[in-house]
Amino acid sequence: MNDTLRPMTALLEIRDLWAAPVRQRGHALLRGVALAVAPGEVHGIVVESGAGKSLLGRAVLGVLPSGIRIAKGAITLDGEDLLAASPRRRRALLGRFLAMVPQDPMTALNPVRRIAAQMTDHLRLHLRLDRRQALAVAEALLAAVHIREARRVLAQYPFELSGGMRQRVLIAMAFACRPRLVVADEPTTALDVTVQRQILRLIRELQREAGTAILFITHDLGVVAKICDRVTVLHAGRVLEEAATPALFAAPRHPYTAALMRATPRYDRPGEALEPVPAALAEQLRAEAEALDHVLA
Amino acid sequence: MGDERTLIAAASGAARLWVGAAILGALVAASLVAPLIAPHDPLDQNLLNTLLPPFWRGGADPAFPLGTDSLGRDVLSRLIYGSRVALIVALVAASLAALLGTLLGLVAGFFGGALDNAISRLVEIWMSFPPVLLSIVLVAVIGAGLDAVILAIVIVDWTRFCRVVRAEVLVQKAQDYVASARIIGLSRASTLTGEIIPNILPLLIVLLSLEMGIAVIVETILSFVGLSVASDTPTWGGLIAEGRLYINQAWWLMALPMSCVVIVVLGFNALGDGLRTLLDPIMRQ
Repeated sequence: MNDTLRPMTALLEIRDLWAAPVRQRGHALLRGVALAVAPGEVHGIVVESGAGKSLLGRAVLGVLPSGIRIAKGAITLDGEDLLAASPRRRRALLGRFLAMVPQDPMTALNPVRRIAAQMTDHLRLHLRLDRRQALAVAEALLAAVHIREARRVLAQYPFELSGGMRQRVLIAMAFACRPRLVVADEPTTALDVTVQRQILRLIRELQREAGTAILFITHDLGVVAKICDRVTVLHAGRVLEEAATPALFAAPRHPYTAALMRATPRYDRPGEALEPVPAALAEQLRAEAEALDHVLA
Repeated sequence: MGDERTLIAAASGAARLWVGAAILGALVAASLVAPLIAPHDPLDQNLLNTLLPPFWRGGADPAFPLGTDSLGRDVLSRLIYGSRVALIVALVAASLAALLGTLLGLVAGFFGGALDNAISRLVEIWMSFPPVLLSIVLVAVIGAGLDAVILAIVIVDWTRFCRVVRAEVLVQKAQDYVASARIIGLSRASTLTGEIIPNILPLLIVLLSLEMGIAVIVETILSFVGLSVASDTPTWGGLIAEGRLYINQAWWLMALPMSCVVIVVLGFNALGDGLRTLLDPIMRQ
């Protein structure tokens, strides 16, 4: 990990992070993940689908699914050890300094509560606003994510909004308290392609304006190229490569990254033949990764 | 086509809602103004006019539209007064059972672990007793009377609420929006009150209205076997028990209170169904 130039002042630092199921000894899901995210940086995590993609983001947020634990390692935000934080401290950080844009906007909003209620919860809790102030802020936030008729949307229930609209609401909520770091877990996969681009542009815009760093988890290299400053490529829970985005696309150093690029369709080169990632390569990498698991046993 | 089906479902849901509400409205009205609308004192005996037939049969007396019983008491007045006991039991017993069951269900579902285990096993043991037998034994032990009947229904029926609420809390707990609420920094308590309870409320309202119908049936059974309120207060179960003796001469003595029970229970069920359609966010969508 010392082969890249990193500023010393990382906002988020993950060191040698191992995560494993509680019940299965000696089998890891994250294998010594290390990465650093500078303040205001959009850091892409490229992981293939179905490989516990959300795990890293959830580990940072401290909401791992039950049955999975952090076996080893450290996560620090601004020098503060997140894994050692008390539940109370963690709640104070979550939503305020550390926020999330969820993967599926269709299920991330409570179906029986109006948008206004869901947005103001969070403003009142963290910014100590009263109901009226919180409503005014919520309206301004919706305007900032380019929702026209913000007042009307506030009075609506989630089912009355389209997926793109819901994702805008959720993004507005994530950026509401100007957090230091936002974990975006595939925020565009559940949306159709035209909406995807708008949402990416929106995230980028809010991120620049608030100086927020983003941990952008995705399986889509096309999305990475559009939005990320730096990229970390993960496979089988292991970091394979970490580089600035232009450098990565210009010259991928790891054969897996190169293979992944050949497997990704590109708008600017229609008709180009795609090759799937060779099974032998994936298999070999998985075996290598699993060989590391004895550390845990 | 899907839209059409939803519309039809919604329309018939609305119809059921209105039928249920109308029946219950009539029940509430009858018990509130019983002294005003009952043509006679329900306890007034008139031994010259015993076992008079109801109005649709020959030999009926217009002063007694639904006839008289073996002691010459007016059946219509007794039915109207009987609705009071039915209504009180339905409202109070079902609400208390809902309160107790919901609290335990929330605790079990939300906190899980050993607490959930203890509560769930208790519910299972509880439900393995035959409910009617259990309530009869309970009333026999506690002693007869309205409060004993209510207590018996609560003790027997809280498990319905507990089981359903627990299961629904488990479902809700796994929803993304509950996770999202945690991620914006809400405490566990505020996730429970702010996210989970509003989502189980529709279910609870429906269950409650169904439970009221069940409470009416249980009260009828208990008063039928003479374990409900004192025997000088008319109850539908009591009327059925009295009518049973004259089934060969005057079948309507039994059929009339039975119809009351059936109509009221159908009313509660229709209301529950209608509310379900109305409150279900998916149907609403």
